[in-house]
Amino acid sequence: MSKVPADLRYTREHEWAKQEGGRVRVGITSFAQEQLGDVVFVELPKTGAKVAAHKPFGVVESVKAVSDLFAPVSGEVVEANAELGQKPETVNADPYGQGWMLVIQPSAAKEWNDLLTAAQYEEFLAQGAH
Amino acid sequence: MKRTPLFSAHVEAGARMVPFGGWEMPVQYRGIIEEHRTVRAAVGCFDVSHMGEFEVEGPGALAILQRLTTNDVAALEIGQVQYSLLCHADGGIVDDLTLYRLAQDRYLMVVNAGNIDKDWTHVTTAVPADGARWVNASERTGLIAVQGPKAEALVGRLADQDVTRIGYYRFAQGKVANVATLISRTGYTGEDGFELYVAAGDTERLWRALLEAGRADGVAPIGLGARDTLRLEMRYALYGNDIDDTTNPLEAGLGWVVKPAKGDFLGRAAVEAVRAKGPARKLVGIEMADRSVARHGYPMVKDGAPIGIVTSGTFGPSVERSIALAYVGAAHGAVGTELGVEIRGQAKAARVVKTPFHPSRVKKG
Repeated sequence: MSKVPADLRYTREHEWAKQEGGRVRVGITSFAQEQLGDVVFVELPKTGAKVAAHKPFGVVESVKAVSDLFAPVSGEVVEANAELGQKPETVNADPYGQGWMLVIQPSAAKEWNDLLTAAQYEEFLAQGAH
Repeated sequence: MKRTPLFSAHVEAGARMVPFGGWEMPVQYRGIIEEHRTVRAAVGCFDVSHMGEFEVEGPGALAILQRLTTNDVAALEIGQVQYSLLCHADGGIVDDLTLYRLAQDRYLMVVNAGNIDKDWTHVTTAVPADGARWVNASERTGLIAVQGPKAEALVGRLADQDVTRIGYYRFAQGKVANVATLISRTGYTGEDGFELYVAAGDTERLWRALLEAGRADGVAPIGLGARDTLRLEMRYALYGNDIDDTTNPLEAGLGWVVKPAKGDFLGRAAVEAVRAKGPARKLVGIEMADRSVARHGYPMVKDGAPIGIVTSGTFGPSVERSIALAYVGAAHGAVGTELGVEIRGQAKAARVVKTPFHPSRVKKG
């Protein structure tokens, strides 16, 4: 079973979200990076771009597949992880740490509560949903 | 879904199994990039038992094969292997294959797994089997590819003979790990190495012996994922991606295995008509400006206009760039031509480059 840190929230598309003083840091889960295999390219929006909850904000490409990335919450991108341009494999090595993707300034605080808790995401994985 | 004799060995090794051409095959064990690098730097073992093997034997075998295949079978010596094609009368490619001359009147044809049924029908009906008998040995044959700079040392350690004497595209009959084996110096990676044909029931014994004996060499099992990235860096065509029933050998860059001077064969007139006019499109190597991956079916564009289509694409772990093969209009095929690949509605910068993308290290001569 993949790691699911207890202090994060999750989407059904396998992104994680972390509260950081009113902002939300976003990445993909360990389960997601395992399923993708070796990540070779990550396409992220620029700082200042608007993202909408549950809508694609970028893509992640592995050797075998391409997948959309979905925003956990709506808002404005205040930071995108430029390191992933040169080292996309960081997503595999450290999905919850150095492999983060965006920091969002949320525009609708109540969306946070719609995200899955760690326990709910674990249950979702246990049901075999991809 | 069909399984090879190594299915349980793959599951036991933690492989991720995927459907491929009607077979349940390992796509990766530890990771495609790591497995790719193992083959380039050391040695890897691939289960390719899903490939098809047809034998044809009899005094008429040579004439039948000359009619069916594009390469010149008369030039093939006993103990030698030839890369070749089966074509339809319209020049479209039925399959690509390797042909082994086992004895004076006995040949082994090795075809792609996904094409076994189609090819069997083709070879047994497109040309009358006068003076020869076809046998489909696919089910009873296992095949392990051992590829990488340390492959010769590994196979040599287990073989009953000096394998350094087997030249590129040559083979010998013998024993490896005490298993009766056709030892073929061929492969699909661009590295030196062997393909080992054995009885289906012996495949697992040989597989385990290779992984055991190669431990000090850093041997690892390699999945189909790395098999694809390795072959693509060498520009080796993959049937179903780069070539198929609708592509002709010349546009695919396979004119070197078409030998019209040998006499008539299926597709000859059609291929020669293409040769006379020059192919309208060419399969070329493409390198992306960034790391985005051009995948099968993506449009190729130039100044906003469609000029072709991507047939294979990946991130090349050895070249450390995103690379692809694509058919483009003949006017756009020159090395250095700047083109675009339409990825998610956006034209991404790419250019035509020389192939192979990565230098071949097969043992020539």
